[in-house]
Amino acid sequence: MSAVVVENLTIRYGDFVAVDDISFQAEFGEVTAILGPNGAGKTSTIETCEGYRAPTIGAVQVLEKNPFTERTSLHSEVGVMLQEGGVYPSARVHETIAQYCALYNRGVDPATLLAAVDLESKASSTWRRLSGGEKQRMLLALALAARPRVAFLDEPTSGVDINGRDAIRHIINDLAANGTAVILATHELDEAERLAQRVVLFYHGKIVANAPLSTLRSARHELRFSSSPTLNVQELSAHIGLVVTLEQDQYVVRIDSADTSFSSELVQRVTTWLNVNNLPLNNLSVGAQRLEDIFRNLTGGTQ
Amino acid sequence: MSTLTTQLRAELNVVRRNGEQLLVTLGIPLLLLGFFSVVDVLPTNEKDPVNFLVPGILALAVMSTSMVSLGIATGFERTYLVLKRLAATPLGTSRLIAAKTLSIAVVEAVQMILLISLGFILGWSPQHANWLLALCAVVLGTFAFAGIGLFLAGNLRGEVNLAASNGLYLVLLLIGGIVFPLSKLPGALSAISRCLPTAALSDVLRDALMSAGQHTTSSWVVLLVWAIAAPAVAAKTFKWN
Repeated sequence: MSAVVVENLTIRYGDFVAVDDISFQAEFGEVTAILGPNGAGKTSTIETCEGYRAPTIGAVQVLEKNPFTERTSLHSEVGVMLQEGGVYPSARVHETIAQYCALYNRGVDPATLLAAVDLESKASSTWRRLSGGEKQRMLLALALAARPRVAFLDEPTSGVDINGRDAIRHIINDLAANGTAVILATHELDEAERLAQRVVLFYHGKIVANAPLSTLRSARHELRFSSSPTLNVQELSAHIGLVVTLEQDQYVVRIDSADTSFSSELVQRVTTWLNVNNLPLNNLSVGAQRLEDIFRNLTGGTQ
Repeated sequence: MSTLTTQLRAELNVVRRNGEQLLVTLGIPLLLLGFFSVVDVLPTNEKDPVNFLVPGILALAVMSTSMVSLGIATGFERTYLVLKRLAATPLGTSRLIAAKTLSIAVVEAVQMILLISLGFILGWSPQHANWLLALCAVVLGTFAFAGIGLFLAGNLRGEVNLAASNGLYLVLLLIGGIVFPLSKLPGALSAISRCLPTAALSDVLRDALMSAGQHTTSSWVVLLVWAIAAPAVAAKTFKWN
């Protein structure tokens, strides 16, 4: 069975359609990244999976249960990290973590959890005195208190510094390695690229891509090279039949094809054209496209 | 520790840590009772003002805990998404409400002990007190004021709710028969006041503690209506986040 099954889900707020007929699944032992710009429908989808709202149309199942109608029983095995807030400002770190460990009653030791999120030195601090990164780690700890089989994490690294991000990534990877289905909502594509095995790309309430990250990337290549700044990109584009762009002193050609022979042929054509035009060729590389580029491609250039 | 006990402890911690809540629930009632019992400036129609004041201040204590303290704390819990996060635990709505109810009961028990003790120290002498009837009145008053507090908390932003709860507290303190007898208010205001839960609770408490509960049918009706209607409206309109 899949940990999370979303089928033909539509979410409306009055006349506004936030999520439009989407379907996807999330599996145990994997990090599934729900990606998209702000307002794409990620949080609405996640919150429906968490049981905060009923679908307008369609169905959602988490651990084979309806999260809206079987919320209380389901939540003993589901960890939730809200995008922000969730703790009273005067609440102390160790008390809140102990409270959630007791509420979930899944045998998680508060002291061990405190150490796992590296907040031992802040145990007596109140929520209002924590930094942004510490708050995110504490919210993550509250999700971990459930010893979750499914964890919904909404923007877990938002506003977190580099060290904090490393700590959070490490915890998320450990969760998935131990069999938890991690559903990670983020607008940071780079973060998803580092963590996710499966990617669900949202845009304007619809899913524009839903595939394992490796499949998504291997299906799209790019050619990068350096040359003279006088290179005429329009002429080269016309010659090879693909769009050439200049990005940070590098010329880039994106290829939406998994066919590696096509990449070789393209290299040949670019090299020949540069030779004919007496232009230099440096730092030539062919590789998988970055997620950010794939997303731009799929959404017509918007992030 | 059970889920309910865990949440009850968390609720009491919130009350204990919020100085303004302690001021409203304990400080102001004790101060008013002590001050106006000693400084006889109120038109209470009693030879000894403490006999008028104790039942009224007990009503004030119920209002301060179940309306102001509960309402403000719950309003900020909405604003800070505490309720939203708790909703994603196995706690469930019924145990959350039970924990809040029990926390009110604990605070009110402390209030009653302190206020009644201070009343006795100041010379309060209840005549034919019917304590069971007084307890029923406190329970009904708690439901009524909790309903009002949660109605405000469930519909207003945290800061607006804070201002509205404190403003309402002041108004009900002045025209609710707590420190000024309703008979001393202007005619129209007195008639409006008799329909308020504060006046009804003060009246039934005063009657239960001083006259064994003989003469207050209309106030019991008013209190009962508030105790049913206010929580029902709050439940119907409450927005969790």
